[in-house]
Amino acid sequence: MIDNDFVSSLLKRFSFLSLRHQLDCLTLACPPNEVVDFAKHLRDEETFDLLVDLTAIDHGETADTRFSVVLHLYSLIHRSYLRIHVDCPDNDSPEVPSLNGVFPAANWHERETYDMFGIQFSGHPDLRRILMWDEYPYFPLRKEFPLAGIDVPLPAADVAEVTGAEVDPAPMMGGPFVSPGTGRMSESEPRAKDESWTEETIKQS
Amino acid sequence: MSTTTKEIQVGDIGARAAAHSENERMALNVGPSHPTTHGVLRLMMELDGDVITKCDPVLGYLHRGDEKIAENMTYNQFVPYTDRLDYLAPLANNVAYALTVEKLAGVKVPPRCEAIRVLVCEMARISSHLLGMGVFGMDAGAWTPFMYTFTEREKLYTLFEELTGARFTTSYTRIGGVARDIPEGWLPCVEKFCDQLPKAIDEVEKLLTRNRIFLDRTEGIGAISKEQAIAYGITGPNLRASGVDLDLRKDKPYSGYDQYEFDVPIGTKGDCYDRYLVRIEEVRQSILIIKQVIANFPGGLWYAEDAKKIFAPPKEKIMSSMEELIQNFMIVTEGPQVPPGEMYFEAENPKGALGFYLVSRGGGVPYRLKIRAPSFCNLSILEDLVPGHMLSDITVILGSLDFVMGECDR
Repeated sequence: MIDNDFVSSLLKRFSFLSLRHQLDCLTLACPPNEVVDFAKHLRDEETFDLLVDLTAIDHGETADTRFSVVLHLYSLIHRSYLRIHVDCPDNDSPEVPSLNGVFPAANWHERETYDMFGIQFSGHPDLRRILMWDEYPYFPLRKEFPLAGIDVPLPAADVAEVTGAEVDPAPMMGGPFVSPGTGRMSESEPRAKDESWTEETIKQS
Repeated sequence: MSTTTKEIQVGDIGARAAAHSENERMALNVGPSHPTTHGVLRLMMELDGDVITKCDPVLGYLHRGDEKIAENMTYNQFVPYTDRLDYLAPLANNVAYALTVEKLAGVKVPPRCEAIRVLVCEMARISSHLLGMGVFGMDAGAWTPFMYTFTEREKLYTLFEELTGARFTTSYTRIGGVARDIPEGWLPCVEKFCDQLPKAIDEVEKLLTRNRIFLDRTEGIGAISKEQAIAYGITGPNLRASGVDLDLRKDKPYSGYDQYEFDVPIGTKGDCYDRYLVRIEEVRQSILIIKQVIANFPGGLWYAEDAKKIFAPPKEKIMSSMEELIQNFMIVTEGPQVPPGEMYFEAENPKGALGFYLVSRGGGVPYRLKIRAPSFCNLSILEDLVPGHMLSDITVILGSLDFVMGECDR
């Protein structure tokens, strides 16, 4: 059972752990260098053998600890989840050991996390981008990356040479929370555009 | 009569054949647009004759950045994006998303809302499995079952249209309730549909279940062991076909699933045939659940009335009362107010466990929303599963895994 005894025995046995209070499930913070052994212990001794999810959070450019890798494990016996936060110590080049050896399921999740956040998973056998193309230069889920995207060269260099095409940012006009920056407000949302008036001409009654 | 002879050079043909026998591998690219891949999955394979020796799936052809988009809009605005995850069961995605946000916000929806949600989830499961079984038969060379399943699915889509106004992209749930109550006279239509569905399923079973060709193509093919399935984080019917008893509707009941009686079908071998059998039985169990829901359909409201900062009040109240007008205005402009915290919730969707990991810092916009897509996890086993099979098995294996790329690539 996941009760207070279970938590206190875990905390006693692994002194590097710390408890974080969340509503939904037991949440533990674990330093990066211990996470592989701890995950192995959870899998073999505590029946948390299903790695359901692995992802990361970007706490923002100004945060002390910018990136946290978050794991969710599920136990078929206890029928409950367990969350592990792994805070990356280095904000500029975040790196966490790969869990691929413990849970093969981590393979694609770690590739995705690397793809989206640029977090390196040391010991991963095949750390390539998975959703974006291999040559893509940015990490899109980092907070400083704009929603519209940034224009980059076309992945197919031979096509780009002939056509001069690029990968353009998504057209955002008319999208949610997009103000034009410059120009009139009435031009920012073409869908709701009422031609009969602007800020400069008074609406006719 | 004189005969003439002509010399034919066969030497170089023979030499080429000899070179081929020396373990030569062929690279074969399947997809991204190929009927087998049910979407835009690309497989880079290496073949030795007819046997696959290496398989490298390439994803991302349908990547739309849903998680980035979620960070830039209010909670209710993201509901239409969940339709486009597993677009074969949009209602189930809507419900899973709404439940995640409600759990973090501490909102409890009334029994009628829960019953509606269970009803639409099970209808979505039937619709998704009908398509899954139909195209699986087609992948194995049996065209006719598809006609039966698609006819039934069409009836379901008519029901969805009556309920939500849309056949495909339903966007039915709101945080704290559903968009509208069920229309009058709709439940008897659902019941009628459930009464005639078993007959169609029987027809499909007659065509497939003991079909010699179908058995030869699916039995023992793409077998996933219990340990392997757990190690790769496979969920849903694919996991249960491997003999693991994990159904979140039973193990971690949500939305009042614990009130209904149903069985969870479990496979033994985990091959393509078992996955087909599990889906067939799940459809029959879903019919049972729907009948139970309709038999005890609760009255009352279909939204959480006391969640003043979460759910917008009904239209007629907005138009007649000041307080409700302000409430509606705040929810529309600032979004449903969710307290800071983290929430991970998984719902048992037709394709597997669809999880949402929501990080909130308060306010109406999520700080981070991770979508744990079951198809993504189910496909990660391909690299391990496919090598050793014949090229012709790849269609059957992909068909039996029943994935959706809209969800996989997000």
